[in-house]
Amino acid sequence: MYPNKFKARWLVLLSVIFTLALASATPASADEFTDAVQALNAKSNKAKTKAIGALVATGDERAAAVLDAFLNGKLFYRKADKRVFITQKSGSVYVLTDPATGKEAGEEKKSKIKKIPINNKLRGQLKGVLGAMTLMSADIDKRRHAADEVFKANDPSMLPVLEKALAREDDADVKDRMIRARAAIVLEYGNDTGARIQATQTLAEYTDPDVAALLGKMAASGQDPAVVKAASDAQASVESGLATWAFLGNLFQGVSLGSVLLLAAVGLAITFGVMGVINMAHGEMVMLGAYTTFMVQEIFRSYFPGAFDWSLAVAVPAAFLITGAVGIAVERGIIRWLYGRPLETLLATWGLSLVLQQAIRTIFGPTNQEVGNPSWMSGAIETSTGLVLTYNRIWIIVFSLGVLLMLSLIARKTLFGLQMRAVTQNRAMASSMGIRSGWVDALTFALGSGVAGMAGVALSQIDNVSPNLGQTYIIDSFMVVVFGGVGNLWGTLVGAFSLGILNKFMEPYAGAVLGKIFVLVGIILFIQKRPRGLFALKGRAVES
Amino acid sequence: MTHQPYLMRILHDRMASTVLGILIIAAFLVPALNMLVSPDSALHVPSYVVTLLGKYLTYALLALSVDLVWGYCGILSLGHGAFFALGGYAMGMHMMREIGDRGVYGNADLPDFMVFLNWQELPWYWYGFDSFGFAVLMVVLAPGLLAFVFGWFAFRSRVTGVYLSIITQAMTYALLLAFFRNDMGFGGNNGLTDFKDVLGFDLRSDGMRATLFFLSAIAVVIGYLICRFIVDSRLGRVIIAIRDAESRARFLGYRVEYYKLFVFTVSAVLAGVAGALYVPQVGIINPSEFSPANSIEIVIWVALGGRGTLVGPIIGALAVNYAKSYFTGALPEVWLFMLGGLFIFSTLFLPKGIVGTEAIKVAFETQRLRLAKFLRPYDYAPGGDGR
Repeated sequence: MYPNKFKARWLVLLSVIFTLALASATPASADEFTDAVQALNAKSNKAKTKAIGALVATGDERAAAVLDAFLNGKLFYRKADKRVFITQKSGSVYVLTDPATGKEAGEEKKSKIKKIPINNKLRGQLKGVLGAMTLMSADIDKRRHAADEVFKANDPSMLPVLEKALAREDDADVKDRMIRARAAIVLEYGNDTGARIQATQTLAEYTDPDVAALLGKMAASGQDPAVVKAASDAQASVESGLATWAFLGNLFQGVSLGSVLLLAAVGLAITFGVMGVINMAHGEMVMLGAYTTFMVQEIFRSYFPGAFDWSLAVAVPAAFLITGAVGIAVERGIIRWLYGRPLETLLATWGLSLVLQQAIRTIFGPTNQEVGNPSWMSGAIETSTGLVLTYNRIWIIVFSLGVLLMLSLIARKTLFGLQMRAVTQNRAMASSMGIRSGWVDALTFALGSGVAGMAGVALSQIDNVSPNLGQTYIIDSFMVVVFGGVGNLWGTLVGAFSLGILNKFMEPYAGAVLGKIFVLVGIILFIQKRPRGLFALKGRAVES
Repeated sequence: MTHQPYLMRILHDRMASTVLGILIIAAFLVPALNMLVSPDSALHVPSYVVTLLGKYLTYALLALSVDLVWGYCGILSLGHGAFFALGGYAMGMHMMREIGDRGVYGNADLPDFMVFLNWQELPWYWYGFDSFGFAVLMVVLAPGLLAFVFGWFAFRSRVTGVYLSIITQAMTYALLLAFFRNDMGFGGNNGLTDFKDVLGFDLRSDGMRATLFFLSAIAVVIGYLICRFIVDSRLGRVIIAIRDAESRARFLGYRVEYYKLFVFTVSAVLAGVAGALYVPQVGIINPSEFSPANSIEIVIWVALGGRGTLVGPIIGALAVNYAKSYFTGALPEVWLFMLGGLFIFSTLFLPKGIVGTEAIKVAFETQRLRLAKFLRPYDYAPGGDGR
């Protein structure tokens, strides 16, 4: 029937239009991109993995934002209609953003939406995928970062993108990293034996713990014997390279510890060498220096917050002057009454150290004080080989050598230095030549204490500033002094660095504590052989 | 003084006989006042005081051992706390074994901390500590042997003065670090504790506390007599000569290092015995006993009491520790100021210690005269010949 047929057509058309209208209203099948985003909200992780792949395959530039949100736990779906949104927490509610349009799509309470679950495997995949997506970014830092991420994820599906990026990359460093990532993929997932062996050779050029781990994994996989052999060869070469870098790292750690010991001990070496006085309160002078730094920084924080980077430049002389003044007071008040009785001096200065500690504890409280690093001391030089050189450690090494240089200049080039050396070598003779040995003692003690204060400024940058700061260093400082020999700056330098390096090289084998015990026992035995230390002063004066 | 018999000499030394007399009387009186007098009486001594006094007495013995090496031989040991702690650990290990299966884990073969660390069997160096006799032997041997070996090396290579002080400090510091390690098998950070009994007697019973107090008091008396015997002998003369002029003693033909080694080892054994009496009374031994600060504190007891007097260190240890207990309770902020001030004050103004001050000497002399007048009034009456 014609009219009926006509009517039927109309119905069909209407229903088609209606479904189309409906379809455009629901997100279900608006376009490929939205479909892929919706697919992320799958039940199984396997399906999610697939959905991420599909999303990348769309080649849509909006995908990066979605994947990034997924990675950072900001991808939610609305419970009412299962639509997926990128969310941003704002107070007590979440602001929803439509991934397709990038525009805000209202707010929801937490109970109305639910986060799409994610696991570590997915996170790894996302990082790699996101890496691949930024491989062609205009920003060189982003590209470098992306190449590393792709290498770590090691996902064969990224190979095409990687090849494309590699072809248009012109920065040598980034290109290097991309080649590494490509070789890793080829080695682990390739089928061609020749290409895989070549990949091991490429990878052997990279001194990197991750490369060594990957090669080790391939060497143990037992797949293709030729590949296994090539991988284990390459692994050996990479690991020997890594061992060299680890050695350098240990050396740096050792030198750094040595410089800290040097700073802590050099003042002690001066007072002990010249006056024969063991100053047990030396550690507390270091602590006073650290607290001076804290005070100076407090002043900078309140009055000149803009110039905070300069606070240490003020703290170093301030600490020198304050601890030097304390040193003069101690020498005039206590130590000068006890000359010729070194053991009594030791006890009296120990008592002084208890008093100073308790005084600081009473004034500032027993807790650690907040001492900041200026911007030029924070951060580190990092290499891909796992070597980390922090700037504060580097600066402390430089500073300790500078202090030593300054002291040796004072000792060699100034009149005071000349008198100091004369008193060290033969007190009676120096006095008969008209040197006021009492004054030399006072100034020497002030110098030693002042140097301890400067050490405190440096230590405040790497250690906790608390009333116990000095205690942690005092025994180590003694060890340096008796090991290196008294009254000799060279001895202190050699003693500090050899103990520091020895300690750090023992640590991997024996553990930190046992290593320290070995060093202590070693020093006790060493003293038997050379009771006056490594560089002993010759002459009668040393026999007390 | 030189030609009298040994015990007569001590009886004629007023200060020594007074202190020893008080100690012996206290050894009997304090336990009696604790156990026989009813708790309501004003004369009753509570059990915790008995234990506290017993602890002070072990410190007195420790101070005595330091005085023997420092006061008479000039060796300032900053590591005597290590010998004290080793003696304490030896005794503690025996008491750990006596716990048996009454520990938290109920393991008859292993102490609790080893069960906790998942150890399967007892380390070899714990063998034998089941026996009390072996433990007592170790209390003497462990510190003695360490002192002997350490002294052998140090004295033969003529490490003296401040250097020796510093390496003794390094020794105790190294031991501190070592005993902190769980792998050492001495309980690590927590040390040894939860002791139950010794030779079947409950450590918390009043009788045991009184016994330990009695033993500590008698140990101080015996320790004094041993030290006095040593320093009064011909050997003691040589030791004092070494203190005053080491090179001269050597040039006169004495083997200085052997004399030093002897005194150092005897002193370490005394310190070990003190530690062994200390641990059952305080109920715990942990690595902090090895800390260098502890060892220096012992030296100040000696310095305050009077070095080279043997009586002084006993008085010094009791006085400082009583003050410490009082002030750490009443004014904890002030105690470290006081202790530090004590170090400075006694080295600057009391080089001979309390015992060496004129006032004390005069007081003892007038006391002696008063007593003599009381006993023999006619000798001291006008016209009598007096003494």
